[in-house]
Amino acid sequence: MWRDAALVAGKDLRVEARSRVGVNQVVPFALLVLVLFAFALDSDREVLTKVGPGLFWVTVMFSALLGIQRSFVIEADDDARDALRLSGLDGAGIFLGKAGAVAVQLVALEAVLAVGVIVLYDVHLRSPVLLLLTCLAATVGLAAAGTVYGIIAAGLRVRDTLLPLLVLPVLAPVLLAAARACEAALAGTPSDGWPWVRLLAVFATIYVTFGVVAFGALLEEA
Amino acid sequence: MRTRATRILGWTTAALLALTAVLALVVSPADVNQKDAVRLLYLHVPTAWLAMYVSFGVTTLASLLYLWPRTRSRFWDLTAGASAEIGVVFLALTLLIGSIWGRTTWGVWWTWDARLTTTAVLLVLYLGYLAVRRVVADPEVAAKRAAIVAIAAFLDVPLVHLSVEWWRTLHQPASLFDENRLLDPQITGVMLLTLLLSVLAFTLLYAWLLIHRFRLAWLEDRAGDRRMEAAIAERHAEADLVDAGPGPADTPIPHATLEPTS
Repeated sequence: MWRDAALVAGKDLRVEARSRVGVNQVVPFALLVLVLFAFALDSDREVLTKVGPGLFWVTVMFSALLGIQRSFVIEADDDARDALRLSGLDGAGIFLGKAGAVAVQLVALEAVLAVGVIVLYDVHLRSPVLLLLTCLAATVGLAAAGTVYGIIAAGLRVRDTLLPLLVLPVLAPVLLAAARACEAALAGTPSDGWPWVRLLAVFATIYVTFGVVAFGALLEEA
Repeated sequence: MRTRATRILGWTTAALLALTAVLALVVSPADVNQKDAVRLLYLHVPTAWLAMYVSFGVTTLASLLYLWPRTRSRFWDLTAGASAEIGVVFLALTLLIGSIWGRTTWGVWWTWDARLTTTAVLLVLYLGYLAVRRVVADPEVAAKRAAIVAIAAFLDVPLVHLSVEWWRTLHQPASLFDENRLLDPQITGVMLLTLLLSVLAFTLLYAWLLIHRFRLAWLEDRAGDRRMEAAIAERHAEADLVDAGPGPADTPIPHATLEPTS
């Protein structure tokens, strides 16, 4: 299972590295959203500093949607999904590989965005450990839940509109928990953030398990 | 036989709803603080109960039974869909009635209270489920996909609830309304009786609606199969006619051109 996961993740990341869609489109889009938030709210530093963590995670969620869609678009071209089905790879392994590749891309995106938030919104860091663990747990949760819903929507004519409707409400707890934990790590008291990190870890565990169990069946029918 | 039982159920439901209306609007007293607005209680609680616990509970259970290979049948898939549709309608009603009630008692249409927020997310989750059901696909594939979405949504509910609960308690020490007062455990006498009766009436209403919605879905399903069979038979007949006809046919006509689209 782990070898299959590494193979699929390696394939997805290689495709991304060569197509450069992430670097050329998704990252600029995410930075653009940060700028748009400043336009919509205020150039007032205080407002932006206060709502910075929330805006950061909203941006990550929207970018994650793009990443997930992208992850299944590359399987749609040239009937790659049929090849994946016939490859004999373990369903759970394919799930872990695809979710892992999405997670790696999201972590890279979060790093770029974090710099953007620090520069544009003037936030200060108080507890880097809490922040790192929050990002890790939230990213695993986002990638796992996103991949489960990605395969459900993949191959449908309405996938581009269906995926956000399905996945965003499911991710509501992640947005809430990650934003609150980041707030605690940046300006508040770090001890407030730990329950949220635990919640994120529980979310990630549930959806990783769900994906490992259900992905094979979903891939057969997508 | 089945129809007669349904009819009796329907009339019982109607009678109980009428009785509830009389008790709620005339017999039961107005509240000291909320005045007549308290009568919304007899609509708000049963619709919430019907939607959140009964409907979505049945949807989850039916989805699990569909995914379980031994109990897999169209019956459970159609039941899950029918139940979710009723649930979404009544959950929307719950929010609407709650909103009107909130406006009259607290002066606002909406507050970011934990219970309200969870309910709103729940509504969107099940709207997504219904959207998945609407997607045209091979029935078996669609059913399995819908069942998995229903279970994934169900798994999310406790997490949503926990997160918004913490969110509110950490950020707003005193909630705008006291949940204990809304579902007052000390509610007694006629009010308690009315509430229990209305919950019972709405539960029967759910059963009646579910039976009808299920029957409709079942007939739709059957009609689809019939049309498919008829179309296939027609093509066969056409082909046989060509085969039996004088002289060789120029273009061979395939036997069954209709295949289920996947």
